[in-house]
Amino acid sequence: MPVLRPTRRTMLALTGAAVGAAATTGVSGGLHPARAQSVAPTPTMRGGANNYRPGAPIVERIGGGGFAMTGTVRRAGDGMPLPNQRIQIWAHTTEGHERDPHSHGATLTDANGVFRMDMPQIVPAFGQPHGHLAYDAEHGDGGFETVFLRPVMKSASDTQLDVEFVLKPA
Amino acid sequence: MRAPGTVFRHGLIWTALLLAVGAPVAVAAQSPLLEWRDTVYVLGGFAGIIAFSLMLVQPLLVAGDLPMLSGRTGRRAHVFLGLAIAALIGVHVVGLWVTSPPDIIDALLFRSPTPFSAWGVVAMWAVFASGVLAALRFRLRPRIWRLAHSGLVVVIVAGSVVHAVQIQGTMGTISKVALCGLIVLAVARALAGRKVWKLLFRVRSSR
Repeated sequence: MPVLRPTRRTMLALTGAAVGAAATTGVSGGLHPARAQSVAPTPTMRGGANNYRPGAPIVERIGGGGFAMTGTVRRAGDGMPLPNQRIQIWAHTTEGHERDPHSHGATLTDANGVFRMDMPQIVPAFGQPHGHLAYDAEHGDGGFETVFLRPVMKSASDTQLDVEFVLKPA
Repeated sequence: MRAPGTVFRHGLIWTALLLAVGAPVAVAAQSPLLEWRDTVYVLGGFAGIIAFSLMLVQPLLVAGDLPMLSGRTGRRAHVFLGLAIAALIGVHVVGLWVTSPPDIIDALLFRSPTPFSAWGVVAMWAVFASGVLAALRFRLRPRIWRLAHSGLVVVIVAGSVVHAVQIQGTMGTISKVALCGLIVLAVARALAGRKVWKLLFRVRSSR
């Protein structure tokens, strides 16, 4: 087996690898650790703000529930979870159109930056089964830039959707 | 007096056409999505579906394939149906606009997140342009009219087919794809029958 019989070629390769590893360690040691694992902010999606209702109330659940809209809110850069952030959620569901006030509700993230909204089943509207989520600087603590999302479900029969917010400090 | 064989053949053609046009609409009418849509949204959606289904009849009228609607009568029916399709597209847009204004504004401004919107809007403008062109028809040279109308038809059919196929809506998948196939075949056959490519060649060579 070649591994047990080191030739000139394998010795060269091993030396090269060792030099490479040393170089990598040296370079990364010279950078800020936070930069090395930088988390990019989530951009606003096209159409994300459609039928948004600024200041929709914080609710236990939207309507009768049955569909789980879950997600996380983190800070761009270091990726730190953000507690107590207000996220508004709305969609065309079995209980109403997107523009209906009762299709909207807001919730706050917990200590781990996680949110979860129980809402009616999302059904395809305007050609796609999709939801809307917003982090609005005007109705939050104002520390981050506003983001509107419009995630599309993989299948219309999905009963949950997981969404990630990475907010850019304002 | 028509021979019994002819009557039977005519009946068969009309039955097949009514089925091809009506079945996709009938299947869509059974969609569970309708339960969660209000009247305006349902009207807007069906105006689009019916307009699309009628696009199958248009090339058949031009080619003179429909018994009792050939020649002059057929061309008149083609004009009438063209106006009906344009009107239905108007109802489609207004119905969806009332249902969700920002989504339609995005579509009309070509900034919608859904890829099918732009195809639908392009097809819509091509239908309206066809109407304007038809109104000006007798001021145009016949060759220019036919080339321009045929070009717009290609845009209308391509735009409408891609628009319809990509939408997850009330139409059934099988009946939708079948209707798309029939429309493409019928239009291709009508264009081929009218030898439109020869016009194109003559216009180019006359320069």
